[in-house]
Amino acid sequence: MSDISYEVIVGLEIHVQLCTKTKMFCSCELSFGQEANARVCPVCLGLPGALPVMNRQAVEYAMLAAMALNCEVSPFTKWDRKSYYYPDLPKNYQISQYDLPLGSHGYIEIPLEDGQTKRVRILRVHLEEDAGKNLHTAGNFSQVDLNRAGTPLLEIVTEPDMNSPSQVRALAVELQRIVRYLGVSEGDMQKGHMRFEPNINLAIKRPDGEFRTPIAEVKNLNSFRALERSIAYEVQRQLDEFLETGVTLQMGNKSTRGWNDVDEVTVLQREKEEAHDYRYFPDPDLVPVTTTPQWLEEIRSRLCELPLARQTRYVTEYGLSDYDAGVLTAERPTADFFERALAAGGEPKRVCNLLTQVGLKMAREEGVDLAALGLEPAGVADLAKMADAGTVSATAANTILESMVATGKAPTALAQELNLIQTSDAGELEGIVDQVLAENVQAVQDVVTGSKKSKKARGFLLGQVIQKTKGQANPKVVSEILDRKLK
Amino acid sequence: MSEQIDAEQVRKVAKLARLQLSDSEIEEFTGQLGAILGYVEKMNELDTEGVEPLAHCLPISNVFRADEVEPSLGTDRALANAPERDGPFFKVPKILDDNSAA
Ligand SMILES: [Zn+2]
Repeated sequence: MSDISYEVIVGLEIHVQLCTKTKMFCSCELSFGQEANARVCPVCLGLPGALPVMNRQAVEYAMLAAMALNCEVSPFTKWDRKSYYYPDLPKNYQISQYDLPLGSHGYIEIPLEDGQTKRVRILRVHLEEDAGKNLHTAGNFSQVDLNRAGTPLLEIVTEPDMNSPSQVRALAVELQRIVRYLGVSEGDMQKGHMRFEPNINLAIKRPDGEFRTPIAEVKNLNSFRALERSIAYEVQRQLDEFLETGVTLQMGNKSTRGWNDVDEVTVLQREKEEAHDYRYFPDPDLVPVTTTPQWLEEIRSRLCELPLARQTRYVTEYGLSDYDAGVLTAERPTADFFERALAAGGEPKRVCNLLTQVGLKMAREEGVDLAALGLEPAGVADLAKMADAGTVSATAANTILESMVATGKAPTALAQELNLIQTSDAGELEGIVDQVLAENVQAVQDVVTGSKKSKKARGFLLGQVIQKTKGQANPKVVSEILDRKLK
Repeated sequence: MSEQIDAEQVRKVAKLARLQLSDSEIEEFTGQLGAILGYVEKMNELDTEGVEPLAHCLPISNVFRADEVEPSLGTDRALANAPERDGPFFKVPKILDDNSAA
């Protein structure tokens, strides 16, 4: 076993549901949780004579996503029919894009665990319509709900550039962050807005040569966890299979597997040999899409700074930790709020601490995003300034922020109301220090003689002063006075 | 022109289209489809050197609609012509292998 090494090779196909109001080719509203078959019309039911018309918003969302993924956006794309027969596909074909995808030759940067980034190439990005849903009942029949039929889907296909389950997960998470930033998808995993299909195999090195295991495609994964685990499972399964049987990659031995979430195993799916004969041909019902430089420029102007670039900038420009930068850039409303607070004069690290330690925690508890807590960025900036100036302690600042959310009042008013203003007036504090020193002769002795108890005694004296001011003395100022007096 | 398509190909196409054909129908359609393909074959006589492939026969592109909701049919009207229904669902023969694409 020790003379064998292998590399994991994974490419990923992702379907992202776009957040348009209506379906791809008809004006039915997109649905989640409605009564079955309530949101269908002659077009998405595939009734004879009904004609599809493109949703401009869906096409523009797709172009925007393609641009964010650094793709070349094709000046000419068309629609093709992908034929297959299944009860959830009423027309017996899916409208998709075959040989002329909307975007191609792009890439996405993903963060690695060691803090570096990796570039994964994007083969193509195209638009298509979703199918409906089959429900398998206990009886001797199945149920079909066509509400989802015709929902716009963005299909993104990467090159096989990923080499571990965690890299694939990182790509999926990064893609979710990007589509949410762009506002082209809600990226809600619970609602099935993102579905993944990894293609996995191994490149094995042994003294007797180099081998590739047969590619397995795992279908329809709808969580990051299932994505990561199914790949980890496949790696071990393919390694075991190779060691046992020596089977290697050949034409036609790619397999399709499903993921069993309960047992955490992939299961071979029997597929009829002709299942992939989709007989694509151009859809005569739909005219092509041609782009002009002006139109592309207009869409390009809607691009924003992407999350990973923003995260990196927070580290280099503001000196935040990579972890904090990741937390602040996870959702666009949070990052936007953070930057508005900086624009209002808040110091980055201080604002970051207030938001990550209190703001985001409260937002999570309320089940809303940070921007919806009712905080004003300028108010947070004012509070950060007060903490920096020593007017309030860091702990008090957190308390004040909580009250700002609860009451909507300004930080200065709350600091007074809650009696949290620190005394930094050296003259006033000096009198209290003198009093404490006079009352604690032994401790003073310990500090001055530099005995073993010196450090502890000094801490004790500082504590006494703070206590006498009911916690309102600025510890930094008290400390300076103590240093001066106990030389 | 019978070399255009053979019975085996017709069988395959029928299977893909979920059509159950008898042997005599296979024979009949092999002949008919062969004749149609032979007719279309005539086009190959044209010189298409340097002619761009045509994706669509109309010289127009970019026919869009705005992303605005219009009323849908609603469940009852949607199911009105269904051979069978089960509550708000279309009722179909039991699906054994679920490898829906999309
Ligand atoms: Zn519809």
